Formats: sequence, C-alpha cells, structure tokens
Amino acid sequence: MPIQSLKGGFRLLVLVAIFFAGVWTQSSGVIGDFLFYLPDVQFLAVQHLWLTVLSGGLAIVVAIPLGVVLSRPSMARVAESLMQILNIGTTIPTLAVLALSMSFLGIGTVPAVFGLFVATLLPIARNTYAGLKGVSPALMEAAAGIGMSPAQRLFRVELPNALYVIFAGIRTALTINIGTVPLAFLIGAGGLGELIFTGIDLYDPVMMLSGAIPTALLAIVVDALIALIAFLVVPRGVNPSRA
Amino acid sequence: MELIQYALDNLDLLGARMLEHIALVGVAVGIATLTGVPIGIAITKNEKLAKGVLYAASIIVTIPSIALFGIMIPVLSLIGQGIGYLPAVIAVLLYSQLPIIRNTYTAINNVDPALREAARGVGMSQNQRLRMVEIPLAVPVIMAGVRTAVVLNIGVMAIAAYIGAGGLGTFISRGISQSDPRQLIAGAIAVSLLAIIVDFALLALQKRLTPLGMERAAETA
Amino acid sequence: MIQLDNLTKVFDTPKGAVTAADNISMEVPAGEICILLGPSGCGKTTTLKMINRIIRPSSGKVFINGEDTTGLDTQDLRRNIGYVIQQIGLFPNMTIEDNISVVPRLLGWDKTRYRERAREHMDMIALDPDAFLKRYPSELSGGQQQRIGVARALAADPPVMLMDEPFGAIDPINRAVIQDEFLKMQQELKKTIMFVSHDIDEAIKMGDSVAVFREGKLVQYSTPDDLLAAPQNDFVESFLGEDRALKRLNLVRVREVVSDDIGTVSPGDTLETALARIDDYGYQNAILVVNDKRQPVGLISRALARTTKGFCRDHLQNVSATVSLDDDLRKVASLMFAQDITWLPCVDAKGRVCGQITQRAMTHHLGSRFRPGTTDASSSHVATEE
Repeated sequence: MPIQSLKGGFRLLVLVAIFFAGVWTQSSGVIGDFLFYLPDVQFLAVQHLWLTVLSGGLAIVVAIPLGVVLSRPSMARVAESLMQILNIGTTIPTLAVLALSMSFLGIGTVPAVFGLFVATLLPIARNTYAGLKGVSPALMEAAAGIGMSPAQRLFRVELPNALYVIFAGIRTALTINIGTVPLAFLIGAGGLGELIFTGIDLYDPVMMLSGAIPTALLAIVVDALIALIAFLVVPRGVNPSRA
Repeated sequence: MELIQYALDNLDLLGARMLEHIALVGVAVGIATLTGVPIGIAITKNEKLAKGVLYAASIIVTIPSIALFGIMIPVLSLIGQGIGYLPAVIAVLLYSQLPIIRNTYTAINNVDPALREAARGVGMSQNQRLRMVEIPLAVPVIMAGVRTAVVLNIGVMAIAAYIGAGGLGTFISRGISQSDPRQLIAGAIAVSLLAIIVDFALLALQKRLTPLGMERAAETA
Repeated sequence: MIQLDNLTKVFDTPKGAVTAADNISMEVPAGEICILLGPSGCGKTTTLKMINRIIRPSSGKVFINGEDTTGLDTQDLRRNIGYVIQQIGLFPNMTIEDNISVVPRLLGWDKTRYRERAREHMDMIALDPDAFLKRYPSELSGGQQQRIGVARALAADPPVMLMDEPFGAIDPINRAVIQDEFLKMQQELKKTIMFVSHDIDEAIKMGDSVAVFREGKLVQYSTPDDLLAAPQNDFVESFLGEDRALKRLNLVRVREVVSDDIGTVSPGDTLETALARIDDYGYQNAILVVNDKRQPVGLISRALARTTKGFCRDHLQNVSATVSLDDDLRKVASLMFAQDITWLPCVDAKGRVCGQITQRAMTHHLGSRFRPGTTDASSSHVATEE
C-alpha cells in the first residue's frame, strides 16, 4: 500500500487505523497465533516456490523452442491444427489437469510437477508462436534482403521483436502456475495449500490466512518480478511499457 | 470401462452438478458483465482512473483463487456465509472484472478517431455515439472478455467445491479424498468438457453478435 | 452563405499557448465553393472545424445564412451542416443505406422518406442503389466509400457543407473522376461549401474562391485566377510554385483567347490562291482548307504551295488537331508542344471553324496580368491583414 501517495487527512486516517488494528491484534493474541504457524509458512513457502521453479522452468525451456519450431514456415500445416489443440488445452481448468495427472501418475511431487508443467506450458507456447508469427512480413523480407541466414533472422529479428509477447505469455503462465500450486497439496505435493485446505477443513481462520496471505503475496510478487524483467529485457523500441 | 459405467450410473448427479456449475458461473459472470461494461465505458473518460482501475483488477486476478477463498472465509463468516456459494460467486465476480473491464475499455478506446469525428460531425450526442457506433463496434471485443471470464471461472468454480459451493468440482474433491479414480476422472473430464464446449458456444455467440459489416471486413482482410 | 467573424482558436500546449487560427474573418457567398489552402499546421483545418464546433472556438462568431450560430445547440448545428472528412469515417457496423440515412434518422424523419432519399442520393453519386444500399462499407473501394461519404453529408439537404481534404486519400485517377462528378453535382445543388485542401491544383480546379492560410492567419482570399495572377506576398508566391503561370492554363478557356481572324481556302481553290493567302495573312507554314460547311478538311503547307501547281483538294495534308471553344489552355498548350506547332484551329459545337489560337496570343493573355502596375489584379473579396 503506497501510503505516501495518499493525501492529507485521509493518509492520517489510514495511519491511525493501522495503529488501532495493530493494538487490537496485539491484545487479542492473533499475532501470537500467526507466529505459531511461522515455521510452517517458511517451510511450505520454500516448497511452494520449488514446485513453481521446477514446473515453470521446465515449461519455459520446453515451450519456447516448441513455439519457435511451430512458427517455422515448414511447419505451417501442422502448426495451425496443433495450435487449435493448445487453445482447447488452455481452457481446461487447472484442477482438472491436476486431477487427471494424479489419476495417471499417482500421488506425490512428480504428478504435481507434471500437472503444473502442462498447465504452464500451453500459454507460453501459444504466445511464443503468436509473437513470432506476428512479426511484420516486411521486417522479415528486409532481414532476408540484407542477407541474414534463417538463424540470424530468428535471433536478431524475430525473437527480439516477439519478446514482449513471449514475456506476456510467461507472466500469464506463471500466475496460473503459482495459483495452481496450492492445489498440488491435494495430490500430496505440499506447498502453502496445506495450510489453506487444512485450515478450511478444521475451520481455523488463522491457519487458513497463514496459507492464503503468503500465497496471494507470492503471486503478486512473482507477477511483478516477471513484469520487471520484461521491462528491462525487452528492447526499448519494441517495448510498449517503455514507450 | 468402469469409468463409463460410473458415469452412466450417476448421470442424474452429473447433470445436476453440471447445471449447478453453469448456474453459479452464469449468474456471477452475468452480474460481472452488468458492472464491468459500464465501468469499462466510464473509465474511457479518464486515463488516470482507467490505469488505476485496471491495475486493481489485474492484482485481483493474480491472487490465486484458493487464497482468495481463504481470505474471504473469515470475513464472510461475520455474516454467517463463510462457506458455500456466496464466496464462490463473489470470487467469480471479482475475477471477471479484469477481462470484462479491460476488453470494454480497450474496445471503446480503440474506436477509430475518424469514426468518432464523423459521428460528432453528423450531430450525434454522446449517448447516440455510444449506442449507435461505439458499443456496436465494441461488442465482439466485450464478448471476448466475457468468454475469457466464463472459461476462467469454470475452473475457479471447480476449486470452490472445497469451500462447499457444489458444482462439478465436488466429484474431484470426493474422488481425491475417497481415493476413487472413477469420480476423480469423471469430474475432471466433465469440467474440462464443460469449459471447452462453453468456450466454443460463446465464440459462436461472439461471431453472431459481430456487426455484419465488420465480420465481412474481417473476412476480406 | 458562411460568414466568419474574427474566429480565433488558441490551444494550450505544454510549450505555451499556440494560436492555431488568428482572427479569421471571411465570407463565402451562397452556392460557392471556397477552398482553404495552405501547408500543414497553417490553421485551415482548425478554421473549418470551428464552424461545426468539432473544435470549439476561443472567440469569434460563425454566421450561416446570416444567422449567428453561437446560440444554437451543437448537435442541431451539426445535423444541418454536411461534413465530409478525409478518412471518410463510414460506420462499419451500418449498411450503406443506414450510413446515408443516419442524419435524417437523427432528425427524426419517417422511414419511407429517408429511404427514398437514400435511393435518390445513390443515383446522384452514380452508384446503383440496388447493388449497393444493402452492402457494408468494407465491401466498397476507397473511391466508392468517399462517394457514400458525400451522399451521407448531403442526405438531409443541408445548405452548407464542410469538407476536410475529402479526396485526399483517393488515388489520383479516381480523385480526378470524383472531383469532376462532385463539380457536376454542385452545379445542380448549389451548396455553400468550405473545402480544405493542401493541393494547389485541386484548389484551382474546385474553388470559386481560394483562401490561403499561413501560421494561423488568412493571407490571401481571392478567385483562383487572381491568386495565380497576383499573389499578394512572397509566401503565397512560393507556395503556389514557380509554375503558377502554367497552372493558370487550367483556368482560361479557348474562347477567351481565340482570334476569329483566320484565313482559309476551299478545296476548289488553286495552290496559287493558297500561297497568296498565306502571304496575305503572314502565316509561317500552312493554311487551313475548309469545306462549304466550314468544317476543316486539311492543310496546305507553304512549301507545297510554292513548288507545286494544281488544286488544293488534290494535295491535302492532315489536320493534326483542332480545339473547341470550351477547352482549357492546358490542353491547347499540350497539343502544341506535342506536335511542335504554334497555332491551332478552333471549332464551335457543330465542328465549324470559328477562329484560331496561337502561342503568342496565349502568352500575351497570361502575361498581361503579370505586368507590374496593373492594379486590377488584386481584387480580393475581403481586405486581409498582412
């Protein structure tokens, strides 16, 4: 909350409210309750992030080359129908993806990572393909005209111009990923979902919030982080957020 | 084969849960459209406000649904509605805002300035411009936003089974807790099919709602 | 009639106030086309758009047919002014018919009336109503679309039209066709029109008068011929270009320059007679042979008449070209240059020879207006500030 950006009296009001909220939480012992879960939160958050890094990293490593390959002219015929399938794939709810993954691979980290990997893969592959296909034909013709080899065209012209769209895909995909990781608990892979779901089952609000709030923060932070990376990495000339 | 047998045996239940699922998503996205479209139109008048509203909406979408449920339960418990369909509907309502507001805003904002000038030049009032030109042109894009919202929230609603909102997610949650692969797979497939079919149905609707002239323009382009 | 009275627009920009239009006062008589001409950023478009308040004037007044428009409701004002823009701006979600009848519908006409009107307008712009009314703008070519744009502006029969570079986005060949069609239409409709252009040739072709703008000021307002003959300052002169005398060729008709003093012979005359007449008239190279209906049938060259005996009818050479009284001098000059000749016979509507036009007469006609000291050239409609 950017308190500095609030004006005058309203800002004072917010500060006073925060103060009294602090007093209340202290007196009611809620803080103590939360602190009770702190070690759990730390352990599970690390596990949570690991699931994201593993599945997300794997998805990026597979999806971008997949998108590149599909966007090559020689693949044109297969690519369109494959994209149709990927499009349908992205509409499948993540819970269903995890459930199906579990029913084939059983319980544990492996099916969770696989399910997350699939859910993350699709948006990245789709955006990579769309981004590369979206590079203006005139640009491609100019690149060919000055004598660039296909590889040079890909790395010097196509990828830099498609980078913003690719990053948008990564951002969407990782947001979905981080939002799905809590569900991975259901198939026995741990993560912050453990606190949320157990909290719901036991009807323990403090436990629930100990899981929910860090999950939400994690999602927002990762999202902002990717946005920042995109802001820094994508060349200024083709970066709408720096225009 | 066991799965098919299970599905056939429980056809009534599957149907009921699917209807429940559709009804919950439909009502929530319906309400979200009624709020999102006017907001999207309103913020075209003020760029700063637009940025703020879209930023807030995008933060909301970033929050994982299960975390959102977790945060809402204690709050809604104050009015005795901590679990059940209310938090689910509220979550769907919130998640729907971004695609609907953003698409409405973008579509209205992207109406060709020449058309806007022509509309002013022939003497249309602001309301007439919206009604006769801007909204008809924006409808396909707004519909695309609604479609995104619906597909997204079919997934959210599946997770809402864990907070007792019913719907097809119930099969998945029971399948997991009872280690019953039949329920699990039946639920997963049913909810996936629902999402895919609704996506296609809404795409067809979106095409129908596209003004004829623009559809033909898209074909010749 | 459109009357502008000290119309001014000041834009507030981050770099300070910019005066886009500075006390513009002018008057366009009813039924005439006035072209606002100038380089980009000169204030011509701003001036035009203040008339229908697409741009709100900072100060000054607009009168239409003598009525001060200041107090009128903006939408009512606009519905009574036809408006055509360069980007055309047909509504892509409406059929051609709906586009044309949009203003009548806004004005609350009944359906049969505006539908009938739409058909009439299609006839006027030379597009088949049955083929086009139910189509959509995206299915039409650029030229067709702008014809519809003009029809839309005319639909409610407004007395006044504003046109902002209406033909600027159309390819040159179609542009000329549409310009001609529009002029023909205007001869019947007699609208009072303000028309923004940055193309001098278009201004000269389309305008009854031309207003030249520079940096927000109206610098010269006169007929196209006066403008070309007597630019008021260096800016106007350089804007018109070094070939401005040539541009005037478009504006002058053969009948203004023709000399009816032409020597001819008939096919039955001898070559001797022809030579004598060539010498009488002082012709350099040839004399025209006409039949008893005074239609041109051939030429007898001086060289031939001198060296050969016989009758003219046996030695006719082809008449390379004739011009009619309504042709402009540009066509005449072009024919002369192409065939390396210095005169051309002129024929009337029935094809009878009625005179001749010579290069000398043309240059004399154009040059007479350029000579210093002739004050009649600067006959501007309104005194303009300098």
